[in-house]
Amino acid sequence: MGLFGNLSNRLYSGEAAFNFVGNRKRWYIISAVLLILSVGILLVRGLNLGVEFQGGAVYTVPNATCSVVDAREAAAGVLGSSPTVTETGAGLIRVQTEPLDQATNLAVVQTLATACGVPAESIGAQVVGPTWGAEITSKAIQALVVFLILVTIFLSIYFEWRMAAAALVALVHDVVITVGIYALTGLQVTPATVIGVLTILGYSLYDTVVVFDKVKEDTRGITAQSMVTYGEAANLAVNQTLIRSINTSITSMLPVLAIIVVGAGILGAGTLLDLAVALAIGIAIGTYSSLFVAPPFLVQIKEKQPQIKSLGIRVMARRAGNARASAAKAAPGVAVAEMVAEMIGTDEDDQVQPQTPVSSVNMADVTIVEGPRTQPKRTPRAKRTKRD
Amino acid sequence: MAQPPAPSRPMRTLLVMLIFTIGMAVWAAWPGTPNTPRLGLDLQGGTQVILTPSSVEEGQQITDEQLTQTVEIIRQRVNGIGVAEAEISIQGAGDSAAIIVAAPGVSQERLVELVGRTALLDFRPVYSIAPPVPVSDDTTTSADISVGDDTSAITLGNEIIQAPENTPEFAAEVAALDCLLPENIAGGTPDDPTEWLGTCADDGSSKYTLQPAFIRGTNVTEASAVLPQQGVGGWVVSLSFDSEGADALSRASQELSALPDCSLGGPNPCNAFAIVLDGVVVSSPRFNEPILGGQAQIEGNFNAEGAQDLANVLNYGALPVTLEVAEITSVSPTLGSDQLRGGIIAGLIGLVIITIYLLGYYRALGIVAVLSLFLAGGITYAAFVALGNTIGFTLTLAGIAGAIVAIGITADSFIVYFERIRDEIRSGRSLRQAAESGWVRARRTIIAADFVTLLAAIVLYVVSVGNVRGFAFALGLTTLVDVLIAFMFTRPLVTVFARSSWMQRGGWFTGLDPSRFGDKEVDLAPTKARTPVAAAVREDS
Repeated sequence: MGLFGNLSNRLYSGEAAFNFVGNRKRWYIISAVLLILSVGILLVRGLNLGVEFQGGAVYTVPNATCSVVDAREAAAGVLGSSPTVTETGAGLIRVQTEPLDQATNLAVVQTLATACGVPAESIGAQVVGPTWGAEITSKAIQALVVFLILVTIFLSIYFEWRMAAAALVALVHDVVITVGIYALTGLQVTPATVIGVLTILGYSLYDTVVVFDKVKEDTRGITAQSMVTYGEAANLAVNQTLIRSINTSITSMLPVLAIIVVGAGILGAGTLLDLAVALAIGIAIGTYSSLFVAPPFLVQIKEKQPQIKSLGIRVMARRAGNARASAAKAAPGVAVAEMVAEMIGTDEDDQVQPQTPVSSVNMADVTIVEGPRTQPKRTPRAKRTKRD
Repeated sequence: MAQPPAPSRPMRTLLVMLIFTIGMAVWAAWPGTPNTPRLGLDLQGGTQVILTPSSVEEGQQITDEQLTQTVEIIRQRVNGIGVAEAEISIQGAGDSAAIIVAAPGVSQERLVELVGRTALLDFRPVYSIAPPVPVSDDTTTSADISVGDDTSAITLGNEIIQAPENTPEFAAEVAALDCLLPENIAGGTPDDPTEWLGTCADDGSSKYTLQPAFIRGTNVTEASAVLPQQGVGGWVVSLSFDSEGADALSRASQELSALPDCSLGGPNPCNAFAIVLDGVVVSSPRFNEPILGGQAQIEGNFNAEGAQDLANVLNYGALPVTLEVAEITSVSPTLGSDQLRGGIIAGLIGLVIITIYLLGYYRALGIVAVLSLFLAGGITYAAFVALGNTIGFTLTLAGIAGAIVAIGITADSFIVYFERIRDEIRSGRSLRQAAESGWVRARRTIIAADFVTLLAAIVLYVVSVGNVRGFAFALGLTTLVDVLIAFMFTRPLVTVFARSSWMQRGGWFTGLDPSRFGDKEVDLAPTKARTPVAAAVREDS
């Protein structure tokens, strides 16, 4: 625990910094590969849709004394075709069929009851008409669109449109990869899964909002100085919220894992388990994207902004000047920095201060390995508290 | 937002919260109402049928009125089989509406038959009217009366007695009919219009022997409640018939108006016709004169509502829409209680693990967090109970899942706050100040993040159907509870902790010991000398 506490302290001060923003190319490549795989697998394999989406019936026979084969043969006798039969828990038999009419539905219940030695009333049934699934799907998509529009408006007002855009990119990222995982594993997609995915939307945004809130706070008034770039300040903010992100992910994940364990161990397949699996996948990816996707993307579009761009140039120039001043130490990369400094035409008289040599001039790649705390310049504390 | 909110009076806030909590507990535990949440069908067993209505006439939009009327008719039928807790609701509107019928403890076979079929309306000449009580005699008991050709109808709804002719057996069966039994006046069983019918008035006031129908409900083209401009009496129901109906009406009215007036135990046949909906008599007007033009008026002691009700029945008696069964879900009670138990076990395990984690990581502050979590759990439970009693909220499995997910979101609010406090301590503040200024920052984050979750819950609730709604409701409710707890409980309790000297000593138990801050010196107590920056804050707060 002490170690963790220590880490959190070093994260806060910037001593231990994970380079979320600087190494963005690496994270982009990882995400891009995952996205392409997801879409590819989805196109090739498709989703294993539950009866709720394509119509059909599912029967659950508890305390069944029959085997899977018995149940299949019994149901096939009524249906004329062989249904999918699985054993999902202790003595719990699940029979899934194509769409059927009400008379057949009742006949299947009776047959299964006789074959498996249980009363007909104890058999759970879900019968879905073929067009209903399409309706549910269209409603889910409708909900998604409305939600996205509203949330974009909210985030644009609360933060700014760039943050809203970055949050949405992370959101789409999460949903596509989650869907990809469903396509890959062939897990069945039920309405519970859809609920889970919709919750992921909320969760992913929630996570991103918490991180961006810190970024927003730390980068306020950033253009008034020339010590750190926007990217560095954002990266520090992400690092400072890292412990929160980890703790929140753990506390969100624990009850979900409890559902999965209880669901798989005691209940067999059902709403609860379907939901929990979707959530577990979503929480993991949502946490990843709130750290590795949303902030780097935000920095990238922020750097298109003229003030932020000129801030970057100012900071680079200043560091190049510093680096030249300490050129005697001949750190690697200084030559490049010097060249850039000359190109930009740095003012040699710029205040000289011991600084870590910069290894590259790509401003997003600047990592402070050691040295003084590189927090963005802030307004005095007293004012800051008041401002809130 | 100019000032940090609270060199506050934490005790006062905690007191308000205590009163609120007691209020919720009393509300939930109110005597005479159930003290557990109303459980959805997936937890207590039963059948849910989702019906999608479509207009009878091609290309017509479904109106709200039609939907309400349909629900009313279905409700009548379901109540007719004695299912008191059946729940019938409309979700959505117009052509994309869905009607959801949920009945606990009813098999799918029965419920689907009941709601899926269309109601039947017909007009029958009255043969005789009798008092509602059964005439005691030694004929067969009503239990084994078997009538009609449609055997499936017998298992459903009220008992109806039909025969092709007015035979002595038929008369005896009618005599044995007890119109004081609620199930016999609930309606819900369509009669065969070509046969004689023995049935009750829908208010149980009398018993009718009716001849085969002379007009079917489909012959009515329009019915409306009107208040005649001149003339005595109150509201009347005005009727128009199509040509077939008009012919039948003129024939029947000429025949019937010549007969003596009907009365309880009076002459037979007599001068009245009965409007029969799903097997019970909703009205039995008499003919004042022959009606030849296909236009009729039903007079009586109607008030506006009564006239409108009858007009609705006449207009929509045969359901105003055609219903298609979109989904049937049937859960056996054992399966339901297994799911409930699983959900509760999972929720408890989740809570226990989180408790251990929070205590291990935050120690003293963890106690605040755990107390907050349990209080949030308690208030949510009380809200489920109270909302079940008042607005009929039912807790489904999806709702339980929503609540379990909310455990994480609730815990996050504390984590955001606690991490902020630590950040503030790192930047040189005393614990007391950190608790104040950390809150100012955490508050914004908590509100923004919870708002997004609430937005998701509201959108899901408004747009979606069925199970998803239950989930969205639970998620939205628990998010609100989270905000409440964070503001009214966690925050003042942390203030109380932060003011205590044992917290400020920064021992191991506080979770704020030096090892947490990289073994650097941090000042938790406000009495020591401090940096000028921190002092400045203290002055203005």
